[in-house]
Amino acid sequence: MNRRNVLSAGLAAGLAVCVSVTAATAQPATLVFTAIPDQDETRLVEKFTAYAKYFEAKLGVPVKYLPVKSYPAAVTAFTNNQVQFGWFGGFTGVQAVLAVPGSQTLAQGAEDVAFTSYFIAHSSTGLQLSKELPKGIEGKSFTFGSRSSTSGRVFPEHFLRQAYPGKTPETIFSRVGFSGDHSRTLQLVQSGAFEVGVMDRIIYETEVKAGKVDPKMVSVIWETPPFPDYHWVARGDLDKTFGDGFTKKLATTILEITDPQLLAAFGRSKFIPAKNEDYKVIEDVAKLTGLLNN
Amino acid sequence: MRLSDLIGAGALSRALANRWRLADGPSSPSFTRTSLLFLTSAVACLVIADIAITARHPWAELQRLMYGILRADFMSVEAWSVVLTVAFAVIGVSIGATVGLGLAVIYPNSRAVRVIALVLRSIHELFWALLLIQVFGVGPVTGILAIALPYSGIFAKVFAEMIEEADLSAVRVLPVGTSTISAFVYARLPELAGRFRTYTLYRLECGLRSTLVLGFVGLPTVGYHLESYFKQGHYAQAAALLGVFYVLIGTRRLWARPATLPFLLIGSILVLPATIGGSSALVNVVRFFGHDIVPAPLRVGEWTAWSTWSALGAWFQPIFVGQILPGAWNTLVLSQIALVSMGLLSLILFPLVSRRFFGPAGQTAGRVLLVVVRSTPEYMLAYVLLQLMGPSMLPAIIALAVHNAGIVGYLMGRHADALDYRADAPTGLNLYAYETVPRLYGQFLAYMLYRWEIIVRESAIFGILGVRTLGFHVDGAISELRFDVAVVLIMATVLLSAGIDWISRRLRKSLRISTLPTRLSDGPVSSGDVPSDAIGMKRP
Repeated sequence: MNRRNVLSAGLAAGLAVCVSVTAATAQPATLVFTAIPDQDETRLVEKFTAYAKYFEAKLGVPVKYLPVKSYPAAVTAFTNNQVQFGWFGGFTGVQAVLAVPGSQTLAQGAEDVAFTSYFIAHSSTGLQLSKELPKGIEGKSFTFGSRSSTSGRVFPEHFLRQAYPGKTPETIFSRVGFSGDHSRTLQLVQSGAFEVGVMDRIIYETEVKAGKVDPKMVSVIWETPPFPDYHWVARGDLDKTFGDGFTKKLATTILEITDPQLLAAFGRSKFIPAKNEDYKVIEDVAKLTGLLNN
Repeated sequence: MRLSDLIGAGALSRALANRWRLADGPSSPSFTRTSLLFLTSAVACLVIADIAITARHPWAELQRLMYGILRADFMSVEAWSVVLTVAFAVIGVSIGATVGLGLAVIYPNSRAVRVIALVLRSIHELFWALLLIQVFGVGPVTGILAIALPYSGIFAKVFAEMIEEADLSAVRVLPVGTSTISAFVYARLPELAGRFRTYTLYRLECGLRSTLVLGFVGLPTVGYHLESYFKQGHYAQAAALLGVFYVLIGTRRLWARPATLPFLLIGSILVLPATIGGSSALVNVVRFFGHDIVPAPLRVGEWTAWSTWSALGAWFQPIFVGQILPGAWNTLVLSQIALVSMGLLSLILFPLVSRRFFGPAGQTAGRVLLVVVRSTPEYMLAYVLLQLMGPSMLPAIIALAVHNAGIVGYLMGRHADALDYRADAPTGLNLYAYETVPRLYGQFLAYMLYRWEIIVRESAIFGILGVRTLGFHVDGAISELRFDVAVVLIMATVLLSAGIDWISRRLRKSLRISTLPTRLSDGPVSSGDVPSDAIGMKRP
């Protein structure tokens, strides 16, 4: 143990000079949050700036939104305390809680208790909607969403492994890609670049409403069994920075969101309380598929 | 060391001419043999490479793309992102040049400095950014260091080469016992300052391209918006933003001059954004170095116990077999095909920027075309191609080949105009095939071999296409927050680049083309810069 501390201290001292520059610019009084960029990023900024305003009015502290480009970047910002709370996917939320001991799950969307994903296919595959995972997907090209997306990767991979015991996505499909986000998965399957893909149900339905889905090109072929997904997570040291009871106040503020416009931005009907244990199943699945160390 | 300088260009040309005429023994590689070797290896790679075209409806997307380009929406351009792109590039490159200059002075004498410089420059700026974000968050420090660190390594090497190539006469008259630093400042710097300046300003162009790429991981540069636009298929906005970027690159000589540099630098520092959200970098440094990048088995086990080290072996084995070996193989296959395609393409493209072939008007048009080609980030190109062709190595190969051919083609065009031609020289295709290409062939190979390592390094960022290069696995490790694995994989990419760099240098030496220019800033400025018949074969 000691040796490791010595190592850390040595390396830390080496970098202390450049570090002090950033430390000096720290502004602890501002509460910053982020969200995983799960769909059209140009819409994300709009959406979360509205949330920042709402939080600022309710909490009485300056609140800012930090836009990030990828799922792991959201977790990283949380880990290194650049943001103090965030809207995470199921798996990224678990990553965040594991990375920052003491973190608390505050709330989830009512829809996130039993979330599902859609497997979608290009029309040329001839695959049809079915109750079971269609066997015809074997040997096709396939795209997940982001590598650390719960509905775009973690659970779909789990269900695939269940349906094909002893196989991995790489051996089931001719080619496996990671599109980066759900909107892009839709776009890539619709253009036929990938034959089959998997994406978030809510985002698929949002895209249908927005007229971005061409039913002649792409259709849903299977809906997965339910799993828990998106949730708000806050760092454990919030109370220390912003005063006793702040974490609770933040949770209440989220649960009290009734503005239909704010809720619609997420495609959620309301937010309900949630706790870390609700997401234990994701940790287990992630360990099974090797995404987390045992 | 500069043999050619001492003996004169004539000897070099004779040596090259002999090589070209296959007058070489089995031990010394000829231009022909080297070219054939690369060509066959690329064809062999092509056979085993994954290059299927799988997209079924590319035309709809292509139509939208064309439509977007025609209706470029310049009102949507985020002007501030352009300003920040310049600011990050100016500061990053300035720090890189300063540190690099310091390192260059001791570069020849210190193996440690050479190794540090190699590691710094072998890590793609995108990976630097991903690592730095762990400590400094998304903000200006990350942005600046992600440019400054790799560029220090590049500057150290290039400046050291320039120092080595420079005239020694001033140093020889210094009194015995003059310190290294004094000798450098008084005897070498005056002679070299001009070249350093030209090279640094040229590097600013690369810095702008690198800074754009940093936007992909969240820094507020042009790339940030560009990536979003491309992702969502907002091609009109993307086209406008790219257009602005082309102009920025195309006019670099006008706004980045020695006289404007101080103003650029001060302005850049003033416009830098504050980091959103403060965090204690010290805590992050301790966490990152003390925990995150320490291999997982070493975090929990006692370091004196044998079991810890066998666990480390068990941890490393699947990474090596499952990721490093296949990743390195795919990286090599991809970059080999890309390199040779780039070579062929640049041979086709270079007459476009040559006055000799297309006249002054054609030359200008050709230059604009090649600025566009080389300023388009490979990643964007690959993403559009992915939509059109489906996922395989093909989009990555084409993107790398086109981008690099834009650079090499431009340089070759300048060399073509710098050659002295006889008054009765042929024209058109005859001139191209029987004179220009043969005479420039050595130069061409020098550029090819120099870009080899760069292509290997750049191929790292194509993981998104589902091409399992080393970069694909780095991306995976970072998504899983396994920085210990990511660092091991990044070190593997460093070793691969270093290996390629070594082979390339050996080849250039044995082909006796190591004295030919390989850097954009070194290209001929006017005819007469390159000794008229220094390169290529004797006239028949």
